[in-house]
Amino acid sequence: MAVEQKMVTVYIMGEPQLVPEGSTIIMAWEYAGFQLKKGLGCREGFCGACATVYREKGDFKLKGGLACQTVVTDGMSLVQIPFVPSERPRYNLAELKPDINTFKELFPTIFRCVACNTCSKVCPQDIKVMDYIQQLKRGDIAAAAATSFDCIRCGLCALRCPADIVQFNAATLAQRLYGKYLAKPSPELADRLTEIDEGKFEAEIEELYNMSHDDLVKKYYSREIKIR
Amino acid sequence: MKIPYFPGCSLKTYASSFEKSAIASGAELGIEFVEIPRWNCCGVVSSLTSDDLMHHLAPVRNMIRVLEMQDACMVDTDNKMLTLCSMCMNTLKRTNLKMREHADELETINDFMYNEDQKYDGSVNVVHYLETLKEYGFDKIAEKVKVSLKGLKVAPYYGCMLIRPKEVGIDDAEEPTIFEDFLKALDAEPVEWRSKKTCCGSYLTVSKENIVVKLTSKILEDARSNGADVIITSCPLCAFNLDSRQELIRIQNPGFEPIPVLYFTQLLAIALGLDINEFGFANNKIDGIPILNKKIFKK
Repeated sequence: MAVEQKMVTVYIMGEPQLVPEGSTIIMAWEYAGFQLKKGLGCREGFCGACATVYREKGDFKLKGGLACQTVVTDGMSLVQIPFVPSERPRYNLAELKPDINTFKELFPTIFRCVACNTCSKVCPQDIKVMDYIQQLKRGDIAAAAATSFDCIRCGLCALRCPADIVQFNAATLAQRLYGKYLAKPSPELADRLTEIDEGKFEAEIEELYNMSHDDLVKKYYSREIKIR
Repeated sequence: MKIPYFPGCSLKTYASSFEKSAIASGAELGIEFVEIPRWNCCGVVSSLTSDDLMHHLAPVRNMIRVLEMQDACMVDTDNKMLTLCSMCMNTLKRTNLKMREHADELETINDFMYNEDQKYDGSVNVVHYLETLKEYGFDKIAEKVKVSLKGLKVAPYYGCMLIRPKEVGIDDAEEPTIFEDFLKALDAEPVEWRSKKTCCGSYLTVSKENIVVKLTSKILEDARSNGADVIITSCPLCAFNLDSRQELIRIQNPGFEPIPVLYFTQLLAIALGLDINEFGFANNKIDGIPILNKKIFKK
């Protein structure tokens, strides 16, 4: 027996479009006939390229999410956004010190944080973004690196921040400083690098290279993901 | 006593000697500082614009953290929030007062913070460590003194934030005595001087350091001419202006005689018999160790 596909109405740039219920935002755009070339990537929620904003019916709040992960609802309004702000200072990690002065110089905007928490509210990864900005304000780089660990750099935090902070780039610097200067040295890492140099994984990589597309897809989706 | 403790950003960076000596001295007196989980910036500088509620979010969020700590039985005090930095105390208290007096503004803020687990009700009392020590009893502290500070002449510097405006001050705005009472408990000799409430120049130190140099050199010379060996303060910003700016003062006035600027908790820790090397005296730009050795340890 055929099951009838339920449809919902979404407003794309103000124009009503009927799209299948359960579509993601990307699927809704494409179903409506748009060809998307920018602002999307892996379509799996990992790459962070498809950050977008939307409104839901009867709710004045501007919400944000990944277009590949957010399922449309009836009456949802969708728009194109120009880009995500990603101002990024240039630095040479080897010349930096893992202390608060580095952040004062490279990311002075973090000291404008008023703890409004808009960044944490919008984060699709449920990261306590405001908390790690506050940790950076007091020079606790190790804590900030840990708090921001799951960031995929979609940039929604920066897009919504009233203080013009580019949180995710500050997080990247915190993680780099932590990795280079603060993390406990790991002998396992040195061992693994030697193994890679000695070619221990060459055969496995070669095997992946030679797989057909279908087999690769099958292997990808049957992999085990370890949840921390 | 386990009390929720709000550190503030300075205490975690350039004023770490303040925090270390405060926590260690508290432990000697049975006052346990329990750092507030997920605390954020106090909200400095306190916004005086009547419709600028955004800048009061940070302080209110910290108040909610205190209520959460009480719910989780992490502390045994009643609605208290302990502060060390005068500026943090002042900012937190001013917002708290605003929230208590303007129910509509509190409601707007609570509405905005809908993702917090509970609403703020104005019930937290922000206290300064000096107040906690006074409540503990300066006479009781005197009984616990192991190393008498007899002969040490100390200029107590209140600055602005500890006593003004009077609605949030911890003592009389014109004639404060809490520092003097504290010093007497340690057997130290408080110096009577004119500049104890004179502004240090505050944040002008960032953009107009020459004004700060002018203001602080007057304050420091006043302390010196009244015979002070050291100055004490409870504000990391005042300490920065009074201590670090002496370098510039000396360039402009080569005859200037430097004077050490300490946190009051550093003296408390010494008096309670704790190791002088533990509390970051070496971080002070003007080394306080020689005068303390001479006057207290008779070395």
